[in-house]
This record gives sequence, structure tokens and C-alpha cells, in this order.
Amino acid sequence: MLSIDNVSYRIGGKQILAGITTTFAPGLLHVIVGPNGSGKSTFLQIFSGELKPEEGKVYYDDLPIAHADKTTLARRRAVMSQLPELHFPLSVNDIVMMGRYPHFNFQPSKKDSAICRQAMERVEITALSGRDYLTLSGGEKQRVQFARALAQIWEPPSSPAESRYLFLDEPVSSLDIHYQHQFLQIARSLVRDNIVLVAVLHDINLAMLYADRILFMKEGRVAAEGPSPAIVTPSLIREVFNIPVQLLENPQSAAPVIVYDGSTR
Amino acid sequence: MQTKKISFRSYYGVLTVLLVLSLIVAARVGAVNMGYEKIFLFIQRALGFRHDVEVNTVEEQLFLQIRLPRVILCALVGAALSVSGTLMQALFRNPIVEPGLVGTSSGAAFGAAFVFVMGKSLSGGWMDALGPFLLPLFAFAGGLIATWTVYRLSNVFGKVNVNTLLLAGIAVNALAAGGTGFFSYIARDPQARSIVFWNLGTLSGADWNNVGIVSVSTIGGILLSLRYTKALNALMLGETEAGYLGIRTDRLKTRIILLNTFLVAVATSIVGVIGFVGLIVPHILRLMKSSDNRFLLIGSALLGGILLNIADMLARVIVAPSEFPIGVITAFAGAPVFLFLLIRSNRQQQKGGFYA
Repeated sequence: MLSIDNVSYRIGGKQILAGITTTFAPGLLHVIVGPNGSGKSTFLQIFSGELKPEEGKVYYDDLPIAHADKTTLARRRAVMSQLPELHFPLSVNDIVMMGRYPHFNFQPSKKDSAICRQAMERVEITALSGRDYLTLSGGEKQRVQFARALAQIWEPPSSPAESRYLFLDEPVSSLDIHYQHQFLQIARSLVRDNIVLVAVLHDINLAMLYADRILFMKEGRVAAEGPSPAIVTPSLIREVFNIPVQLLENPQSAAPVIVYDGSTR
Repeated sequence: MQTKKISFRSYYGVLTVLLVLSLIVAARVGAVNMGYEKIFLFIQRALGFRHDVEVNTVEEQLFLQIRLPRVILCALVGAALSVSGTLMQALFRNPIVEPGLVGTSSGAAFGAAFVFVMGKSLSGGWMDALGPFLLPLFAFAGGLIATWTVYRLSNVFGKVNVNTLLLAGIAVNALAAGGTGFFSYIARDPQARSIVFWNLGTLSGADWNNVGIVSVSTIGGILLSLRYTKALNALMLGETEAGYLGIRTDRLKTRIILLNTFLVAVATSIVGVIGFVGLIVPHILRLMKSSDNRFLLIGSALLGGILLNIADMLARVIVAPSEFPIGVITAFAGAPVFLFLLIRSNRQQQKGGFYA
């Protein structure tokens, strides 16, 4: 369970987050959506432990992360951001192995190598393992980073009361529609009883298709949260994104779809 | 993984053999060429054997007191500069960085020149107490201020801006070089402490004392830097990502800059500024298609020694019995590589990655 208790954050007098309190339960895919500048990414950085909140606390189960050692945190929590750009040639293998860095000192053990192999199998990039990362396509790179994040928290924590935490920060923004769905299907399939899975997405339609719960953010606050897709209504979208929309139904799958409902010219 | 580790080891093996060969060849040639049998005889005698054999003592002294310390110092300096280049490239996350460009070398030269020229007039109790550490200490301080300035100027919001980096490097280098020039202008001791020495370096002052000092800083610095290979690899993904992998990036940056300055400053205070070594050596190693910093650090320690020995050999042979400043040779070899990397870095804006 990821618990966030009254978290606020400010940059140079501008209130980015204003007293957010919420929880993310394991066993569900949580998606955070919101307009640009609503504080989604800052929020993710705060509950990842990369930024310190000005006020409020974040707990991984019972552990207040403000006082946790960075390596301890990294053994339980992995984050995948938008594609990091590399300036040096590195093999796919080397990058996935970075996920094991919090777990070994100098030399990776046989177990670390085995975990990397399994993580690469999981996202179907075994064939790429010897390739130079810089020569891969955007979709392939994204899956390599995904494998790295998975390798980082591959083993379940020693205590059954503890969860693992996987956070995805706009993971599909740079991908085409095929890779977007492929990526989110893999993410969906990771849902487990002891994994807290939170993703920040831009696309409400993708969120409705894959999320179990959606949290809407606006101006540093939680505008609404609830089960997906039931929570999504045209009036909520209008309120959060300030844009008129219609809610349609996909004639094939009966899945709800949001479309823009204003004038286009 | 397994096959790769073996291939790294074989690279190390090949490089070590080449390093030993380059040391032997470099020790042989010079203003006076010596045969290999003679060299081995001298070495055996220095180790306490073969004292029954009659030798030319002038030649023996030349070899043991001038030639041998010189080639060893050269290998150490080459290793220090190359390892420092690797560290800086990992820290700045950019392959066109080296200690000469980010101000470390010229800052260290300024600190050293200050001691050479002003040291006597400033000598108070605490300065005398520092004794032989005074020179490396001031070189370290100068190099640190220069490197830190360039790093802070070019690192905006966690991202290194290459243009600002190069410009800040130019400004800091110019400032430090100006200061060094001023000191060498007012210096009383004209021969060794010339502007040429500070700008282009020379190993002609090598003796066993220098070898001792530089070997401590170089070997110590390299061993320390190996502790950070994992963290530096993670840094390739960016500071935030490295943080998510448990790396304390702020502490890491401070330590890498300190370590880099330590390696470069001690070497520079003794041999002057030798440019481009730290740029070329990691670049050659990266052609093996790996940027694993453990491989790059060990590899550049060995390859740096080899290449700088070859450069120094050329410097001694081309205009023998006189001598070229070694920095001329490294600049001729290194500046084109730098330009090539710069062109590629411009192209990279359109393409995916630097080496793509």
C-alpha cells in the first residue's frame, strides 16, 4: 500500500501540489491523468522519493520514505520515465543489468544475470540482448527500460506484508499506437497482489481501457478519483481539462471512448 | 555476460603487453639509442645482479636516472590523464570532454605556477611545513576551482549544455592561462618554467622523486575511481534515473570532480599541461562498442600509458638531440579527433544518439 498524507510542494512561490492525500492499493493498475502543469510528474517524483515534499509524508507500507536510505528504497521501488537519452554506446544487456545495481556491490551474481534474462523474456526483448541500445527503435528502447525497471524489483520482498512499487511516468508518450497498446498490455499483465502499480498517462482513452482506478489531477489537487471507466464523465473531463467532450461507445467492444466535442474551424 | 567478461579480460591482457613493450621501446630510443641487451643488463645491475660485467657508467646513469624514470612517469601521467578524461566524460555525460577542455589542467597549471614564482616570497611557517606537498596542493586547488566553475556554469537544471560547457571552458582556460603567463613572465628561473612548458608540457624533468609522487596519486586515484564505476554507468541514464537506482548523485558528482582534479593536478604540477590525451583514449576504447565505465577506466589507464609513451618517444626522436614539447604531438593527434567528435555531436541533434 502506497499512502500519501497531505503532501504539498512549491517551486519559487508557485504552489505545485496542494495538500494531496490518497492511497494506492496493490493488485490494481492505477492511472494518474491531468492537464499539463497539473503537477502529475512532480507528484510522481515525490512519491518515488526523488523530491522531498515541503509538507506531508509518503509511506511504502509502514516505511516513511523520507527517512529511508536510497539503496533500500531502490530495492523495493522502480521508476520508468520517458525515454532517457544516452550519449554512449551500451548493450541492451548492460542497461537491463543496471536494474540490479541496488542489489550487488561489484560483480553481479548468477542470480542477477538470471533475473535480467527473465525480465527481458517478460517484455520479449531477449533477441535484442546483445544489441547496441542506440541502434534500437523507440518502442524497443522503451521495452529495454521497462525490463530494467522490472529487473530492479523482480524478487518479492522478504516479508509478505511488504509490497513492491512500480511507477511509470508517461511511459507511452513517445510511442506509436501499436507500441502504446503493446506496452500497456504488458503493464496490465504485471498486476499482482504485492505490486503497487501507478502510471501517469496523457491519453484518457488509454487510461479508461487499461486502468483499474483513475485519479484526476488539476492545479495540484486531486479533482476526482475512482474506478475506471465508471468515474469518467463528460462533465468531469470538461471540469478538469476545460474542454467539451462526448462519451461514445466502441461499437465492437462496448468500451467507452472520449471524443472532442467543440468546433474545429 | 560470461563471454563478454572474458573478452574484456583479453583486452586488458593485450593492452598490458603493449604497455610493457612501449615502455621497453621508449626506454631504448632517444638522443642516444641503446641496444636491448644493454638495457636488460642495466636493469639487472640495478636489481643487484651481474656486477661482474664492465659497463659504460655514463650510459648506465643516463638510462637509470633519466631514461627509465621518464618512461615510467610518462606511463603514469598518460594513465592519470586518460582516467580523468573517462571520469569527466561520464560525469558530463558527453564524449567531447577532457581535463584540458573543462579547465582542470590549466587551473592546476596556474596553481603550480603560482607556487613556483611566488612560493619563495610567501614562505611562512605553514608553507614550509607543507614541504613537497605545497606544489601539488596548490595545483589541486587551482584545478578544482576551474573545474567546478565550468561544471556549474554548463550544468543547467541537471542537463549539461555542450555549448555553454565549451564556452565556459574557453573562458576559464583563458583566465588561467593568462595568470600562468603572467607568473612565467615575472619568473626569475627562466629555463624550465617557461610558457611553453605550461602550455605544451614536457617530461624532460623526470626523476625518481617525481615518479614517486605521481605514482601515489595516479594509482591511488585509479583504485578509488573503480569504486564509482557502477554509479557512473547509472548516471548515463540521467541524474533522475540514477537516483531511482539508489545513487546519491550530488555526493557522486562532488567526489568525481575531486578525484579527477586530484589525478590531473598532481600530474600537471610536474609535467605541465598535456592536452587531448583524456579525449582520445576513452574514444578509442569506446570503438569496442562498450561504455561500461569499469572497462573504460581500466582500459584507459593502460592505453593512456601506451599512447603517451609513443607521443613522448616521437617528441624525443623527431628533432633529436633536441626535443619537441609533447603537447604538440598530442594536439596534432587529438585536435582532429575532437573536431570529428564535435561534428558528430552536431549531427546527433537530428539523430538518435552520439554513436548511433
